[in-house]
Amino acid sequence: MANLDFDVVELPEREHVATGEVAPDFTRPLVNDEFWEDRSLSELTDEGPVLLVFYPMDGAFPATYIWKELRDRAWDETYDVRIVGCSISDPYAHRQLIEERGIDYELFSDPNNTVAVEYGVPHDLDGMTGVSEPRAAVFLLDEERVVEYAWVSGEWPEFPDYDAIEAALDEL
Amino acid sequence: MRHANVLDAAGPSFGMSDTAITVYRLQACPFCERVIRTLDQLELDYHSRFVEPMHSDRNVVKRVSGKRSVPALVDERTGVTMSESANIVEYLEGTYGGEH
Repeated sequence: MANLDFDVVELPEREHVATGEVAPDFTRPLVNDEFWEDRSLSELTDEGPVLLVFYPMDGAFPATYIWKELRDRAWDETYDVRIVGCSISDPYAHRQLIEERGIDYELFSDPNNTVAVEYGVPHDLDGMTGVSEPRAAVFLLDEERVVEYAWVSGEWPEFPDYDAIEAALDEL
Repeated sequence: MRHANVLDAAGPSFGMSDTAITVYRLQACPFCERVIRTLDQLELDYHSRFVEPMHSDRNVVKRVSGKRSVPALVDERTGVTMSESANIVEYLEGTYGGEH
């Protein structure tokens, strides 16, 4: 973010899935550019490392920023990693985001936000009563779902440290 | 999409090795639900893939079954791929009706 002459909203510290822990498994509809189907995270990690990216709902500008940056960095072309997102948006919104932004990555749909709760990264939205979504958060998982790198936003908004993720990918 | 072609190359049951039947379906489509009801009645496991209402957005169904209509069913056990709910119900009952 640009330097602002006021304080950005800080999010309270809370316990989240951390480096060295086994990330919780879950099954949710996984959306690609053609269809969606129930997939579990462990099915994906069984095939290789996964970068799991929690992000604010599709349509909010942080979602656009994050996916534009991930698309431009195209880590999956350089590293042995599968990049997947997770937000509260429904599969139709995911399809639209994938199509409009030219995203090559699959997105989990979790409208009840329970996956974010499991990972310790939920964010109740002020002014949108009853709506909770994930904080921006990034977890790099190995084939056993062990967390190799974790980042959770502490401000609203805050964006991942992409260079730090890249360094973690180098270490894989 | 990079991972979609992996999925397609490996067949519809990729990652779901215990599920031989894949149904391409549209949310709330009565013809699709008719097929699901038959699968449930026959106690057959199946895996669902949901597509969009717009026919032009259903290339995956066209690649699999030759046309864009849903439901489309892929049965890896028999190698059968079919469209049209009446045909699918007839196929399922004829193939699995006696065994359950």
